[in-house]
Amino acid sequence: MRPLLLKRFTATSCIGTGVAASLETLLEQRSGLAICEFETVDIETHIGEVAGVDDGRLPQSLHKFECRNNRLAELALQQDGFFEAVQQAASRWGRRRMGVFLGTSTAGILQTELAYRERDPSSGALPSSFEYGPTHNSFSVADYVRLRCRLEGPAVAVSCACASSAKAFGSARRMIEAGLIDAALVGGVDSLCLTTLYGFHSLQLTSSSPCRPFDAGRDGISIGEAGAFALLERVPDTMDADSVLLLGIGESSDAYHMSAPHPEGLGARRAMQAALAAAVLDPADIDYINLHGTGTPSNDRSESQAVTSIFGPTTPCSSTKGATGHTLGAAGALEAVISALAIKHGLMPGGVHTKKIDPTLTAFYIKDNRRASVARVLSNSFGFGGTNCSLIFGRAG
Amino acid sequence: MRLSAYVGGLGVLGPGLASWPETAAVLLGHAVYRPAATVLQMPAILAAAERRRTGRVVKLALDVALEATSQAGEDPAGLASVFSSSGADGHNCHELCQALSLAGREISPTRFANSVHNAAAGYWSIGTGAMAESNVLCAFDASFGAGLLEAFTQVAVDQVPVLLVAYDSEYPPPLHAKRPIPDALGVAMVLTPQRRAGSLARVDAGLTDLEFDRMADSGMEALRCAFPAARSLPLLGLLAARNAGGAILEYLDVSRIEVRIEPCV
Repeated sequence: MRPLLLKRFTATSCIGTGVAASLETLLEQRSGLAICEFETVDIETHIGEVAGVDDGRLPQSLHKFECRNNRLAELALQQDGFFEAVQQAASRWGRRRMGVFLGTSTAGILQTELAYRERDPSSGALPSSFEYGPTHNSFSVADYVRLRCRLEGPAVAVSCACASSAKAFGSARRMIEAGLIDAALVGGVDSLCLTTLYGFHSLQLTSSSPCRPFDAGRDGISIGEAGAFALLERVPDTMDADSVLLLGIGESSDAYHMSAPHPEGLGARRAMQAALAAAVLDPADIDYINLHGTGTPSNDRSESQAVTSIFGPTTPCSSTKGATGHTLGAAGALEAVISALAIKHGLMPGGVHTKKIDPTLTAFYIKDNRRASVARVLSNSFGFGGTNCSLIFGRAG
Repeated sequence: MRLSAYVGGLGVLGPGLASWPETAAVLLGHAVYRPAATVLQMPAILAAAERRRTGRVVKLALDVALEATSQAGEDPAGLASVFSSSGADGHNCHELCQALSLAGREISPTRFANSVHNAAAGYWSIGTGAMAESNVLCAFDASFGAGLLEAFTQVAVDQVPVLLVAYDSEYPPPLHAKRPIPDALGVAMVLTPQRRAGSLARVDAGLTDLEFDRMADSGMEALRCAFPAARSLPLLGLLAARNAGGAILEYLDVSRIEVRIEPCV
């Protein structure tokens, strides 16, 4: 594939509002996970909650979109000069020539969960103030962002569970390469809600302690929330050497099970191989792998097998979910930004919370930060339904 | 900028429309449209355990996907796919929201796994063994157009055959009052980069500002308005007629999709 430039990027999660705070947390090997006190949730678990999401309000003209998910989108858009960079791109390329591609798994479904508590006792009707389209519907966040940024090109929500916002890069790439648009606002936004907290709990996939990816005693995920965006453009003739490029994308399906990964990680392997082929790179060209690494026994086992089958046991890899939690549909975009930070700052972030690495996992998992030149990073995202996506980022010069 | 693909097979299921040939007959005026509840079949490609777990929207998507691939003579296992739905499984969503509003908040793990927007794509991949890339989209009322653009860019850029499946199904009360989709309707098509023996037509697609087309028949126009997937009907009308021609499909508020077809004789 033709590489694309990450002209600007930003991320907001429990490890930081914007990239400077996020980088600092990673450099200090801290975690943003804390005991769950979200809403009325009564589950013994840790979560990665973004501070102050509900303090903000959306612009009055877009008040129908008011919900936690869109407030998180708005908060994230306003960091790192991202909104301004999008406006500059729009004046350069034209609003019709910019598309919006955002991943989400649950969008603003929290709004519906709250509305169900307010049903009319006799008719069962939802409150009249409840808006389905601008909050609950998966498209709501893409619609909000396109209207907020006044972009008039194609817009879509990609909703492939926890691979959503990695796959959004694929949709954007195809549309730029096909010539329908010149630039894309890509990313993911997913926010805390009862459906995912109680849902993963019902599957016995949430840990009571902060998640410990690749640990011998790992016992589940910690759910987080995030908004992360990148502005993608074709590679210009000249750019700074430390610019970050999207070099490869690989997608696949497990064809195995709705909520369990293929035991040998066949689909994951296929996605990583496809990404390497798209980037015309060998496994040895990858300096660091940002794993999907959720911290469930089965995910980490199958991902480790898939990684080792391609990269052998010497490529450093880690999961940043011990720091951020699993931000579900936003994880692909959040970890794309972390990959870009790894390249720009020569940082392989160590896996926070992991104490004793599972000796049966053969991938080379790093617990401590490493400072070294990082030219290329592969980032994995996998989801329910057996959907897989691997992205490769690299330094321009 | 125009994108091209060859249509190799179609599938349709909706209220009073049991298949693509029946739909084509109505679109050509050879048969009268008689509205009736959509009849959904149990998907033959799924094992018993999976069949028990599938809701209406999965049955709908798999039905039209199977009709399109079998008509195109394509092995589903080898196809990339694009699934686009305005809302996935409304009944499952209602059950989860209901359970979460009650004390105890005990929800079924199967319901939670089925709540993902990509459930139909997951079951399709499990049932057919398709390991190729599969993307799952939502653009509310613009979901058909979003799926069409995604599938066409995949065909044009990656030069692979793609199965496009657009499908919508109803919410039960009380969500139904907020999102009144009346029943279930799905449309599927197999799109290939090159002409093949069974190709029906070449379709060129691009974005336009022009006003979108409506259906002349009031029954068909009511369907077009009621189901986001039925925003495809002007294109299906051209494919049924198998004459060269064009149509403008409703998409986002600020843009529409112009399609032109050239039949393969």
